Amino acid sequence: MYKYNAFDEAFLAERNAQFRAQVERRIDGSLTEDEFKPLRLMNGVYLQLHAYMLRVAIPYGTLNSDQMRALALLAEKWDKGYGHFTTRQNIQYNWPKLPDIPDMLDALGEAGLHAIQTSGNTIRNTTADHFAGAAADELTDPRPFAELIRQWSTDHPEFQFLGRKFKIGITGSPNDRAVVKAHDVGLRMVERDGEIGFEVIVGGGLGRTPMVGKVIRDFLPQPDLLPYLESVLSVYNVLGRRDNKYKARIKITVQENGIDKIRELVEARFEERRHEFDGTDQELLAEIKTHFAAPQFRSGDTSAYDAAYNNDPVFRAWADTNLAEHRDANHAIVTISIKKHGDTPGDATADQMRVMADLAEELGYDELRISHQQNVILPHVHKNDLPVIHARLKDASLATANIGLISDIIACPGMDYCALATARSIPVAQEIATRFDALKLEHDIGHLQIKISGCINACGHHHVAHIGILGLDRAGVENYQITLGGDATETAAIGKRTGPGFAYDEIVPAVERLVDAYMGLRTDASETFLETYRRLGMEPFKTALYPEAQKKVA
Amino acid sequence: MARPFTPKVITANDLLEGDVIYFKADDSWTRDLSQAELIVDEAEAQLRLLEAEKQNISIVGAYLADAKAGANGPEPVHFREDFRRKGPSNYSHGKQEAAAHV
Ligand code: HEM
Ligand code: SF4
Repeated sequence: MYKYNAFDEAFLAERNAQFRAQVERRIDGSLTEDEFKPLRLMNGVYLQLHAYMLRVAIPYGTLNSDQMRALALLAEKWDKGYGHFTTRQNIQYNWPKLPDIPDMLDALGEAGLHAIQTSGNTIRNTTADHFAGAAADELTDPRPFAELIRQWSTDHPEFQFLGRKFKIGITGSPNDRAVVKAHDVGLRMVERDGEIGFEVIVGGGLGRTPMVGKVIRDFLPQPDLLPYLESVLSVYNVLGRRDNKYKARIKITVQENGIDKIRELVEARFEERRHEFDGTDQELLAEIKTHFAAPQFRSGDTSAYDAAYNNDPVFRAWADTNLAEHRDANHAIVTISIKKHGDTPGDATADQMRVMADLAEELGYDELRISHQQNVILPHVHKNDLPVIHARLKDASLATANIGLISDIIACPGMDYCALATARSIPVAQEIATRFDALKLEHDIGHLQIKISGCINACGHHHVAHIGILGLDRAGVENYQITLGGDATETAAIGKRTGPGFAYDEIVPAVERLVDAYMGLRTDASETFLETYRRLGMEPFKTALYPEAQKKVA
Repeated sequence: MARPFTPKVITANDLLEGDVIYFKADDSWTRDLSQAELIVDEAEAQLRLLEAEKQNISIVGAYLADAKAGANGPEPVHFREDFRRKGPSNYSHGKQEAAAHV
């Protein structure tokens, strides 16, 4: 697996020692909070509502078993026995005490992990598909390109003072699992005449002005990646607004200037820039690729899998929802649901982390991934090992068969933890999951994504949910707005607001009315919620949501 | 007419634990909102906040939060302060846990 060269052990140890001294100086009073705050934020330490929070980076969401065990150790030794996996493909600890944090960072460092947060108006860590290197539909592993972008952009003199932070997302397959259309630049690998290249998308983003990125180049040959990105960045650097923080992201630049003008400028710049690249970047890419080489996949038949699938209905239900197609026909990608009905989405206990680490080490080529859907993935598993894996997951309460279903909810921490929140999101997720589990309807309902954010920052990706829920503070009470029709895939769309929001105790019944309406309206079980919405539009769902308003009109 | 002043308490987070704390009439800090000083005068509130901020070496982010008088001392007005007083709703951690250990 790839070892960060910029974050080698000596560098990390030195950074941690520095931070340890800074914590000591804050505690003894030689640093004020104003002086200390930027230092702690750089090291992933936030102050939330009830306690500090430590945010640990997991580059490309990729971990080995030792690293997962280190995460378990932190949860057990310095937190309350669990950690929270987030949509940013990282893990957060909600209860560390300030004097303990330097020890936590040292323990992470020993496993090659860190909490250093990229910050400032620079190019942030590139996010990649969590099935990278494993998915059957993948053209090539996107992570080497993500790493190439990271190495090129780190300390690139031209891009240290952008108008605003800049995020790039990349997927190696035509099916987008990395929400690339909600990034400043999205790269989606496509094939044309037998050649693999990128569709380049620009100007997407969520937050307070959600936007779906627009295609600026429908096919970019692979070797042109860096010169083209440089051209996009340099056009943004000139045109991007610096007068207003909320208008500084490239999505606004694209909106204000139009994609055609941006494209013209970028192409002109690209003509100049491409000649400055002499192939060194391609040599580097080749070197990086060797670090991401796929494991040697085992061969052998899948009879044990077939037998379990045919004879054990519980196993079959899990296999049907939680497995994805692997590029090697005898293997599968396992998504471990961290969304047991009624539990907090994304929370795993130290024991659960160790079970997942053991499975990865013994049966999964020592690889784990964290998805932005807040689940954990074993990217490479031989199918014959699946019955054993399922049994061991079941013993650890990790075998919930609900991936892609209504209870596989993304929820940000909301007002249970986050100091910026305007309402809670976790208990709403818990109640929706519990309710539909009690109704025993979720497999019948089929693919349906609910995502919940506790404020306008949209950390829960509610804009791109089939049913999005945004928690707000309306005159001192929690109020939940619903959006419908959002989509986080290659057919990305921003959801539309249904109308007035719902009180805390009305939101779960409102979701139930929506789902009831869908069940009545769909052509048959093969038509998903999103497809029904696209076919019929908002009106029938509005009628279901606001029966009172409809009566008044009638 | 000037708007009537909503009574206040002073609240912050503890430097070491990050836990929610409240300022008492004797200039010490408590983890229990009902023990906090309820300040009913606007000018007094600003002076008390300055007093509280003198202890910035061991606290973080002191501010005035709306509160009202209850049978057992001050109570929150806004739901955010109610959550800060109790702890999260998904686990009985934070102050709920502390209360359970008494
Ligand atoms: C609890 C502490 C957290 C704080 C204080 C926080 C704060 C913020 C803020 C201020 C933004 C807006 C940034 C901007 O647009 O300039 C943001 C964006 C974001 N946050 Fe969080 N967040 C927190 C937790 C989380 C968690 C737990 C997740 C994952 C579940 C998350 C995922 C995201 C994502 C994906 C965005 C980007 C949305 C976009 O595209 O604009 N955050 N966060
Ligand atoms: S969306 Fe708002 S409430 Fe939720 S984690 Fe982000 S900043 Fe906090």
